[in-house]
Formats: sequence, C-alpha cells, structure tokens
Amino acid sequence: MNKAADILVIDDEQVIIDAVIKICALEDYTVDSAINTKTGLEKISKNFYPVIISDIMMPDGDGFQILDAINKSKKDSVVIMTTGFSTVENAVNSLYRGALSFIPKPFTVDELLSVLFRAKNYIKIMKEEKSFSPQQRDKELIYVTCPAKYLRLGHSTWMFQEREGSVLIGICDIYMKAIESVNNIEMMQLEDELIQGTGCASLTSNDERIHKILSPLSGRIVEVNNNVINNPSLLEKDPYFEGWLYRIIPANLDYEIKYLIPCSSDRL
Amino acid sequence: MFKKIGFRLIFAVAFTSLVIIGVFAFFNVQTQSNNLTAEVERHANQLSETVVSSTRVDMMLNQRDRIQQIISSIGAQPHIRDVRILNKIGEIIYSSDQNSINQMVDKNAESCYACHAEDKPLEQISITERTRIFKLNPDSARIIGIITPIYNETSCWTAECHAHPSDQKVLGVLDISISLAEVDKEILRSKIEIVIFAFAAVVIVGLIIGLFVKKWVSNPVNDLLSATQQISAGNLNYAIKEIGSDEIGKLASSFNNMTKKLAEARLQLFQSDKMASLGRLAAGVAHEINNPLTGVLTYSSFLLKRTKDNPEFQEDLKVIVRETIRSREIVKSLLDFARQSVPKKNPADLNDVIDKAITVVENQLSIKKIKVEKKFEAEIPKITIDSNQMEQVFINLFVNAADAMEKTGGIITVATHLISLAPFGTTQIKKAACRKRHNLIDNEFKIDGLPAIKVKVVSDSNEGIIHIDPVYGKHYNNYDVGFKINKNAKFVCPECSVSLVQEDKVCPKCGSPVLVFDLGPEGIYEVCSSENSDWEKWDYIESAGVQEYVEIKVSDTGCGISNEDLHKIFDPFFSTKGQKGNGLGLAVIWGIVDNHNGTITVDSEIGKGTTF
Repeated sequence: MNKAADILVIDDEQVIIDAVIKICALEDYTVDSAINTKTGLEKISKNFYPVIISDIMMPDGDGFQILDAINKSKKDSVVIMTTGFSTVENAVNSLYRGALSFIPKPFTVDELLSVLFRAKNYIKIMKEEKSFSPQQRDKELIYVTCPAKYLRLGHSTWMFQEREGSVLIGICDIYMKAIESVNNIEMMQLEDELIQGTGCASLTSNDERIHKILSPLSGRIVEVNNNVINNPSLLEKDPYFEGWLYRIIPANLDYEIKYLIPCSSDRL
Repeated sequence: MFKKIGFRLIFAVAFTSLVIIGVFAFFNVQTQSNNLTAEVERHANQLSETVVSSTRVDMMLNQRDRIQQIISSIGAQPHIRDVRILNKIGEIIYSSDQNSINQMVDKNAESCYACHAEDKPLEQISITERTRIFKLNPDSARIIGIITPIYNETSCWTAECHAHPSDQKVLGVLDISISLAEVDKEILRSKIEIVIFAFAAVVIVGLIIGLFVKKWVSNPVNDLLSATQQISAGNLNYAIKEIGSDEIGKLASSFNNMTKKLAEARLQLFQSDKMASLGRLAAGVAHEINNPLTGVLTYSSFLLKRTKDNPEFQEDLKVIVRETIRSREIVKSLLDFARQSVPKKNPADLNDVIDKAITVVENQLSIKKIKVEKKFEAEIPKITIDSNQMEQVFINLFVNAADAMEKTGGIITVATHLISLAPFGTTQIKKAACRKRHNLIDNEFKIDGLPAIKVKVVSDSNEGIIHIDPVYGKHYNNYDVGFKINKNAKFVCPECSVSLVQEDKVCPKCGSPVLVFDLGPEGIYEVCSSENSDWEKWDYIESAGVQEYVEIKVSDTGCGISNEDLHKIFDPFFSTKGQKGNGLGLAVIWGIVDNHNGTITVDSEIGKGTTF
C-alpha cells in the first residue's frame, strides 16, 4: 500500500477541510481529504494514512463508521474525532471505540496542532514498540501500561476505584510519553464537578503546546494532588501512583464505567 | 328547575312543615269542635233545666195552656229547632211545633234510645247519654238534641189534679233540639283559617329557606362552578374571591389552593417543556453554528500565527480569536444549559466579571448615548462562579437595557452588595438517626422531592409511620397514619423502638413533646411532635448564622416591561424585540443563575425602567 499522505481529513464542510490543510501545512504534514463518509472509506481502503481526522456527523453516515472500519481492517491509523455536536457522549464513545482523541468544534490552530503532535508521537512509540523483540521489551520499557486493576478512557486517562468508594484519577503514561514533556499543569479546584469526557486539566509542554486532559469519570473532587501542581514531572515519573490528579466521589459510576477499558486487557 | 339543590331543599322543608302544620291543625280543629259542641250541649242542658223548672209550677197547677205557651215562646228562639214534652208512653203532650202535639214517638227512635236501650227506663243518666247529634238530611246543618227526664215528685201525686200515680218514677221527658249551624260555621271558618295559615307558612318558610340557600349554598356553589369552568377553560389564575368560613368556604379555599398548585405545576411543566425544546434546538444550533465557527476560529488563529511579526494585525486578530472562543463557550453553554449541566466554577471577583462585561458592550452603549453607572461594594469576597457564564449574564442584561433605552438614551446602574439571608426554609436535613444510630431518612417517601424523616408513632393500640419534612423551616409533614394520634402517643425509632422524644422538654409553642434527631456532625435537630405546630430548632444551622449572598442589581431607565409580559420574560423564545431578538437571552440567564444556586427576579415599571 502506498502512503498517500500523512493525514486524511473527512468532513462534510469544505471550509474545515481547507482550514485543516492550511494548519497542517504549518507543520509540514501532507493532507488528503474526503467530503463524505463514502469517499473517506474508499480512500482508507485504498491507501494507508497514519492519522485520520474525522467528523462525527455527516449527511451520509457518521464518523464511528470510519472508526469501526479501521478497527476491522487492523490498520494502525490513529483516528482523531471531531464534531460540532460536541456532547459528552460523542467524546466518550469516540475514545472507547479506539480514537486517540476527540476535538470539539470549533477548534483553534493550536488545539489541532497539539493533538496532531501527540498523534505523531503516539505512532512513533507504537512503531518503536513493534520493532522490539520480546526480549528487548522485557528489558526496556518504552511506556508503562497501567496497572491491572485500573480502567482507562482511551489512551489518555485512568481511574482506580479505592475501597472507600472514592476514585483516583490520573493520566496514562502513553499520553505523557506522547506529549514528550510537561512544564506546567493547570488543575481544577476542590469541590468542582468533573464530567466524563470533558476537560479536567491542561498540561503545557516545554514547547508551549497545551494539551487538554479528558476526565475518565464524572464526580465531585474531594482531593487535589498538590504534589503534581508543585512538581509536574511527577506525572512523567510515576503516572499511576504518586502522579495521580484527583480523588473524586463518582457521580454515576455504574453507567460511565461501561465506556472505560480495563487495563488488564492490555497485558496479553 | 327541580334539579336545583335549592329547590329540592325548599321542597323538602315545605313538605315537612306542611305535614306538621296539617297534623297540628287536624287535632286543633278536632278539639275546638269538641269544645264548641260541649259548650252547646251544656247550654242546651241548662236550657232544658230552665224549661223544666219554669214549667214546674204550671204543671202542678195543671195549667196546660201556659205550659204550651212557654214551650212555644222558647221554641220560637233562633237556633232552637223545637221543644217537646213527651209523656211516659211517648205521646207528645207539648211542643213548639203545634202540629206534632198528640203524636206518638217511637220508643226506638233515636231520641228515646238512650234511656230505653234495654227496654227498661233508666232513672239517672248522664248528660252525654242524654245528648244526641243528628242530621235531618245529609245537606242540613247538624242538630243537637237533649232529653231531660221529668221525675215524679211527691207534689205531683199529691196535687189536686192527681194526674200521676205515685209509683211512677219518671213522668215524661223534655226534649230540646238545637241547631248546630252556628257551631259548624265556626268550625269551618277555623278550618279555612288553618289551611290559609298552613299555606302562608309554607310559602314564607320556602322563601326564607330559599333566601338562605341562595346566600349560603347556591351563590358559593355557582362561584365554584364558574371557577371550575374557568379552570377547565385554562385560566389557572382564577381565584374565588368571596370565601366564607363554612364547609363550602373551606372547599372554595382548598379549590383556590389547588388551582394555585396546579398553576405552579403547569408553569414548571411549561418551563421544563420549554427547556426540552430548547435542548433540541440547542443541539441543532450547536452543530450548525459550530461548523462555520470552526472556519472563523481556525482561519483567524492561523492568521494570528502567521502574522507574528505584524503587531498591528495581531491585536485585531487576537480580538477575533478571543471573541470566537467566547462564541464557542456560548454555544457550549447553550448545550450545557439545555442539559442543565454543572457550570465550570472558579473563585472570581464579581466586580471584575461585571467590568469585563461592560468593556464588551461599552462601544455599543456609547453609540446609543447610554451611560453606565457603577455602584460597587468594594468588600465583596471572591465567589465560586463560572465567570464566562456570569459575564454572559451581564452582557445579556446590558444589551437588553440598552435596547430598552434605544431612542432616548439613559443610564444603566449596576450595584453590587453583600446581603445576608437566613438558612431557614432552605437547608435540607440529609442525615438523621435515632439514639442508637439507626438511619431515619426514608428514601422511599419524599416530601417535595426530598427523602423525609420517618418516625414510628404508637398511639393506644394503633401504630404507624409519620414523616417529617426534611427541609428546615418548612412544614409539609405527613401525619397520615389512619388513626388519631392522642396525647400520650409514643414516638419511636421504626427499627429499634427507642424513644425519639426529648426528655424534660416540651414545645415552647404548644407544650407537645419534642422529637429529637441525631444529625451526626451537624448536631441535633429538634421538632415539635404536634401536627399543627411549626416549632423546630437546629442549633448547628442557627449558630452558623445567616448565609451571605451577593446581590447585583442592574437597573435601566428605559421603557419598562408591561405586567402581562413580566412573567413571560424568562421563557425561551419570548421576545419583544421582534426580528432583532431570538428570545433566548433571559432564558439562558435564568438557567445560568439557577445553576449558580442563585435567583433572579425582575421589577419593572412602564416608562420608568426595569431592575433585575
């Protein structure tokens, strides 16, 4: 299969396609486009695109079809979902079905570039991991998968149910690896309400990119990990234990847990 | 007409009084007639005695002509039909009717029957037995006849004439018949009088009852009827004005209460219905607007990136990017509002938020010659709000104010200050336990949507569960246990039956026992056990004192809002701006303020201005 372009953008609005092309040109990505689901699926089956940016609501189908098609064909494309109908459900559903990220419309240049940057690194990490032999993998970890009892939202955040009914929330290591570095973290306050699939913190990397963290669960914050604020590098060093973000009282655990992926499934 | 309740009542009362008067009249007439007859009887008897004694001397002297003369003159009196004297064998010897003299009277005839009933003359008989009442023919008046026996006396057989033997006991009888025509007339008259009286009474009673029924029953019932018609026609603001204190009055006031509740429920329903349609609309709008916004935002931020060396463009582009991001937040908040989601709250200075809002609309306002006057209280603490949403609230209010003063210009006054409100009526009891720490919050029984506190009540042999309103300061307690709770009733925990009554303490208002609940860290909550008392005490809340709120007043000197429009202004899609407005501004404000646990009210006077 030939590599036609770095990115395929599927959107029913020409303006958005044009905008994405312009933005991508800033970082020297090559972009192919499709104006509807049908041509998008055709292009995917013919060519390989490392990154696919797809709208969710289109006249002839939705972006989830694209996601499913990619999952089926076992292609290693990274999918970024976007929609003007940016409901929590759409965001969570996208991540659950394997999308790397979800960008609500309208987005700024920086927001898109941050996600693309993460996608690029993600692909790199995956490639690297594949190239390793099993022996090498044991010796040297490229990224740490999350502990077995944890559940994760896509590849971005994790949650761990504590015995007292509270839940710890943190960022997955692969996410941290994909953004390369962290300089500053902006967090929410005690007593604030989190909503699953919406932003709960934002990281600023050394190159000034801002990365939004999506909360894996809804609930009320009962404790904020101040160590992380004082020392953001903790997130990189120990993302699953010392580097937790919030302790929350979940609001709707039974329902929301359906959209989370058990980390135990990663260790096959 | 007969279906009317008033008529039925009148009919029933009239019928009853008619029966009573009828029975009374019957016995009355009867007695009267008896009395009259007795009087006539006595009179006749007296007359007979008089005749006998006045003829006695003549009889002794055997002056028959004189006797006949006396008899005739007495018999000539009106009412006296005839006077006769009969001898022992029934021969008429003297009579006022000359023709009947010497005629024989049959001993079996009615005038003789009293004495000769058993074929032997009785010497002493009573007056009633000597009296007979009869009619000569069916049409004639009644006649009373009285017979007086003339007894044999010594002088009768010793007299010169020796007409009578000495062994004879009764010599003859005097028979006087008197017409009862006068008496009958009298009786008839009283009968007529009584009938007239009865009818008059029935009519008067009917009228009086009718009057009261109209005043007490018909009018209130008609009021109720027209009220129900109004309600069914959809006018839920209708209230019955004149309410008495009787059962119908109570019905009317509970009816008023019901319509009020109904109106409130309908308003709520309206509101949620509107919210639902707003939600659908918002979802559609969000998608449609977000696409073009994406174009604006991506291109402007793209330009911003590319013109880094051109500070002149940078400034302007930054405004475009900033405002587009704000638009994005607005659309998002519209979605959030429709889903009633939680705002993103951060501590912020409200005065700063208002200042920012003013800067946004400043240009627009100065064109319309509108001044903004700020009356900020400096010492306002930072409050946890979504500053983006609150800014939106103020921008919307300012724009509305500006629109109201479009032609004339004017002043918008923004004032902030700290106010304190008591927690009474607002704080919910979420935990309550008995002394043995059994949870008393009943999640299955809710009062106004909040789980109530359950208490078992044991009164004599009955027991049941009552529920106490969990909102401090509100008393929609439910005492519906199906029996009367007496004074010695026990109030216990439904699980362990430990008493919930506070010892050595009675309600200061009514003297009933006081129930006490353990609220854990929030102290104890005491409430009067009586259904009718509203005494309660929660030291924890009382000692926390009043809660502080920030009050913000936005006033304009514009055209004002009419009374009809006033209650509609927070409705989605209600607009007085015609094509210029979409009617969502105040609805969104309402939602935002509500999400911040705040309230928004409006006060307006046509021509003078409006205050929010």
